[in-house]
Amino acid sequence: MMKALVRFKKGILDENPIFSQAIALCPVLAVTTSIVNGIGLGLATLAVLMASSLVVCFIRKWIPPQVRIPCFIVISATFTTVVRLLMEAFFPALNEALGIFIPLIVVNCLILARMESFASRNGPLTVAFDSLGMGLGFTLSLSLIGFVREMMGFGTVFGVVVIPEVIPRNTLMILPPGGFLVLALLIVGFRFIRKRGA
Amino acid sequence: MESPRYTVTSTPHIRSSNSIDKTMRLVLLALSPAAVMGVFFFGVRALLIIVISVASAVLFEAGYQKLTRRPVTVTDGSAIVTGLLLAMILPPALPLWMPIVGAFAAIVLVKQLFGGLGHNFINPALAGRAIIMAAYALPMTTAFIAPRIGVDTITSATPLLLLESGDFYPQASDFVALLIGNVGGSIGETAAIAILAGGIFLLATKVITWHIPVSFIVSAGVMMVFDPGGFSGVLAAYHLLAGGLLLGAFFMATDYPTSPVTPMGKIIFGAGCGVITMVIRLYGGYPEGVGYAILLMNLTVPLIDRYVRPRILGARKGGAK
Repeated sequence: MMKALVRFKKGILDENPIFSQAIALCPVLAVTTSIVNGIGLGLATLAVLMASSLVVCFIRKWIPPQVRIPCFIVISATFTTVVRLLMEAFFPALNEALGIFIPLIVVNCLILARMESFASRNGPLTVAFDSLGMGLGFTLSLSLIGFVREMMGFGTVFGVVVIPEVIPRNTLMILPPGGFLVLALLIVGFRFIRKRGA
Repeated sequence: MESPRYTVTSTPHIRSSNSIDKTMRLVLLALSPAAVMGVFFFGVRALLIIVISVASAVLFEAGYQKLTRRPVTVTDGSAIVTGLLLAMILPPALPLWMPIVGAFAAIVLVKQLFGGLGHNFINPALAGRAIIMAAYALPMTTAFIAPRIGVDTITSATPLLLLESGDFYPQASDFVALLIGNVGGSIGETAAIAILAGGIFLLATKVITWHIPVSFIVSAGVMMVFDPGGFSGVLAAYHLLAGGLLLGAFFMATDYPTSPVTPMGKIIFGAGCGVITMVIRLYGGYPEGVGYAILLMNLTVPLIDRYVRPRILGARKGGAK
């Protein structure tokens, strides 16, 4: 149990997928133009990550090591399809906004990395907490980037105007370079605070 | 044993009185005529933008160095030069807080985060302008005002916008206006004579060499052959004097860390700047291309330096055998 909780905390802080490991950056930079997009993609990824990690964990004894990557992909593709169909049915607008990046969760390298290096070697409880921590770390990072970019680029938070209209919007933040800049500066901030705390 | 007839010391054997402070002072001196002309024609507003830009550049440099506990080197004047250059390529009626955004991008993002003076891979002032342009395109393209002759602050087309419109053929009076800076444009790019004087001063004091400015201007002139409206010597001359071409050629493309080292490399670099500038001006969506041309060529500098590396004395072609 103790180990499981440690994994949970590590996923959010020490081994945060975005701010520490800097993996799965492509969808991060592409969709985080608003906080809703960030939360949406983050939770979708969390669901796929958790379900596929647990399946990998349960059947790990029967996966032949030579073909483990194709097996992992098939498993994550199954759950991605489920998530995509659910989103299409219940959140059509969000699904539209995230576009290709929902199907692309299949090859999200955060999910593959957790299956390869963690789920295939540990027990179900630890794996559950590990994927929950990693998924939440991913979701929180995406929401934070989306929050900054949406506020500076559109002047809104969750679509509500918070910065008066007289201040011109910083369109750079909505463009891809703005995504890189915000991500880099947040990594600086994250490391700075972690170093202070240590 | 004989006593040695010569003294042995370590390199360098030839010293010069050059220093960063001195170079920066000379550049500031060379920039001042164009800046003064800008303030003369565009009024107090231009002066305010220059003051804000320089002050925020210096403050960001000092602040960053304080924060990271590095020696504070604002007295070397490089931040002042960057701030002044940034102000000179901004439109005079820009909201007064926008130069601060540009100075932050130039000093913190482009210069200090990459290691400070001499380690920036693109020109900080141009990068600052490009970032303001990407963030606030509307004021950056509409804040050009007519030089004040009688009335103040009328929005005005710049010479390059006139050229872009197509049905414009410059008269002698247009050339006079261009030379003294009596046209719309960014604060420090309009007075061609003042910029040329500054450029010649930099050449005379050996702060820069002729290779980059000459190849830049010549290649831009040659590119006028590809003008969709047909080649015209008058239009070509107008193109070379208008916009930021001279300012870019003498003061920005020649920035040491972002330009090649060897003479041949400098000529390739300058020619590339000229070609890209004119491609943007003649075929691209923007009326002006100097800034993006120099930024793009900045990125090629390591490659250019690699291919024009001079042969080491005595080394054989194709490496040592």
